[in-house]
Amino acid sequence: MLLNIRNLHVSIEGKEIIKGLDLSVNNGEVHAIMGPNGTGKSTLAAVVAGKEGYEITEGEILYKGKDITDLSPEERACEGIFLGFQYPVEIPGVSITNFMRTAINEQREYKGLKSLTASEFLAKMEDKKKLVEIQSKLTNRSVNSGFSGGEKKKNEIFQMALLEPTMAILDETDSGLDIDALRIVANGINKLRTEENATIVITHYQRLLDYIIPDFVHVLFEGKIVKSGGKNLALELEEKGYEWIKEEVERMS
Amino acid sequence: MAKDKDKIIDKVTGDDYKYGFYTDIETETIPPGLNEDIIRLISKKKNEPEFLLEFRLKAYRHFLKLQEPKWAHLKYPPVNLQDIIYYAAPKKQKEFDSLDEVDPELLDTFNKLGISLEEQKQLSGVAVDAIVDSVSVKTTFQDTLSKHGIIFCSFSEAVQNHPDLIKKYMAKVVPYTDNYYAALNSAVFTDGSFCYIPKGVRCPIELSTYFRINAAKTGQFERTLIIADEGSYVSYLEGCTAPQRDENQLHAAIVEIIVMNDAEVKYSTVQNWYPGNKKGKGGIYNFVTKRALCKGKNSKVSWTQVETGSAVTWKYPACVLKGDNSVGEFYSVAVTNNYQQADTGTKMIHIGKNTKSTIISKGISAGKSNNSYRGLVKVAKKAENSRNYSQCDSLLLGDKCGAHTFPHINTNNKSSIVEHEATTSKISEEQLFYCNQRGISTESAIGLIVNGYAKEVLNKLPMEFAVEAQKLLQITLEGSVG
Repeated sequence: MLLNIRNLHVSIEGKEIIKGLDLSVNNGEVHAIMGPNGTGKSTLAAVVAGKEGYEITEGEILYKGKDITDLSPEERACEGIFLGFQYPVEIPGVSITNFMRTAINEQREYKGLKSLTASEFLAKMEDKKKLVEIQSKLTNRSVNSGFSGGEKKKNEIFQMALLEPTMAILDETDSGLDIDALRIVANGINKLRTEENATIVITHYQRLLDYIIPDFVHVLFEGKIVKSGGKNLALELEEKGYEWIKEEVERMS
Repeated sequence: MAKDKDKIIDKVTGDDYKYGFYTDIETETIPPGLNEDIIRLISKKKNEPEFLLEFRLKAYRHFLKLQEPKWAHLKYPPVNLQDIIYYAAPKKQKEFDSLDEVDPELLDTFNKLGISLEEQKQLSGVAVDAIVDSVSVKTTFQDTLSKHGIIFCSFSEAVQNHPDLIKKYMAKVVPYTDNYYAALNSAVFTDGSFCYIPKGVRCPIELSTYFRINAAKTGQFERTLIIADEGSYVSYLEGCTAPQRDENQLHAAIVEIIVMNDAEVKYSTVQNWYPGNKKGKGGIYNFVTKRALCKGKNSKVSWTQVETGSAVTWKYPACVLKGDNSVGEFYSVAVTNNYQQADTGTKMIHIGKNTKSTIISKGISAGKSNNSYRGLVKVAKKAENSRNYSQCDSLLLGDKCGAHTFPHINTNNKSSIVEHEATTSKISEEQLFYCNQRGISTESAIGLIVNGYAKEVLNKLPMEFAVEAQKLLQITLEGSVG
């Protein structure tokens, strides 16, 4: 099993956000996590990536069989965990080329590999640009500075393509995208899919799942996964709305 | 959350100065103290013409009437000028024909600094006038330069070989009456660099001097004079590091640049003097007067500086835009860490018509340091259609440091346009996490972000210098910026 989250409880400044969450992801799988606003979807993504300020009060996160809760965010990244940000941050003056070359070489150093030379890196970058139909000029611009919503999200997938993570968590990668950008981003994600890696797609809407076919769909509600199923669950949700889930949860308790 | 971030910043910015070492070279010194006899002794040791001794004595007598300026945003214990040794020269003072004859320890020092003369000679095509403790030891590339009629030598040599030029141009831009430190320098300066580019000559190589303070308790009073004659061009590099030292060392240099019609001078500095230890002990006091006179029409001067060192920096490279259509530029990155203090900026004095100036200042403060931008843009009555654009940005690392901006604007001409923009920002937790999530350590992330922030200025430096400057930012914040 690649990722195994067991009875996870997470608090922010004393307030419990995730309240006993279980999730198992195997290599080669795509999972979709859906749910209404404020139920802990982004918190889950941040906690797996190791962001500061989140307190794990109970439970564990096993990745490749090891508890990763004591690893720093950069160590987790080097171990193959990638987070596609919902709101990618701007870094003025730092070109994407420079940023990604630093990232790749720091990850290679962690793994005991030699740094890529400038030409090796540029060749790799050219190759991956095609994947997300990214324009050449974009990589000379500062990271996310003045990017449109679509450019920011494409850039996230472009970075994912370059870093080749084992476990990618994409937090609302579809939000703010028009239909063309959505298609490009989704195609990129599909092309990156292998037998070895796995992807968790966090989304609000079913429409992304028209392009990315998940193996499993989970509904996150009030800090717990309350319902899991196949891809049809997403369609059912779309049709019946989240009120239906609320009622189901209430009926069960 | 905030505490953890502070810890990281403390760690990243709390490292020791990496260039701290001391070279054991035999040094000839005179007794400490400041008086007319000492000045006469310096002048005699340097075999100076009468006019120079008179200049020194006049400056000294004027200096005695002055008070140390207190207006800068700086706090430091008073310097006892009587404790300072005003002259030190490496003993083996004969002329060298090749590097083999240079004291091997000295060469080793240069090697540690990564500026081996040999390498410089062979690889970079940079002529180096290396200054160790006030006397020029070795000058390279003289032959190439002399073919073009360019004079590039130590100030002392210029005094011996070109006294007419010295007499004509010295102290014409910065008179000894200018300020306290300028008066002190004029009285006791020991050496420096001299550069003359003749009419219509484009200097084929970057001219470079490396300054270094070495002998204990030796104040350095360098004097640099650059003259760019009509239609000429020169790019001049100045860079410095100093060995680790417990006592505060005073440095009061003067740099004067005179630019004639259609000539251009690019003056780049990377300054990395010992900033004191983490607790604020020791470090260099750097009080410098740098000024360029754009004397001729269409003349141009650019100052680019990367200031990472010194315990105290007091420095305002200025442009006097006298010639019509002349252009002045100032690009600065000043980094302060631990207990460092910097009060730096520029003065742009618009006198001629259609004169233009640009000021880009990037301050970076970390630790418990204080970083101030102080600038003056003055437009004289007759400076029709003159323009200035100023941008002053401050970046804060942590919450114990300070950034201050003191812009002064004084316009006396209605047709002129003066613009000023200022921003203050912090490296955000979101930016650091974003970098971390891609596998970049916090230290490298700070380095990336800071270099990105300073890019506009670093881009103005000559290539080799830009690389060195980036490394310096890194060391200062590892050291100071990763």
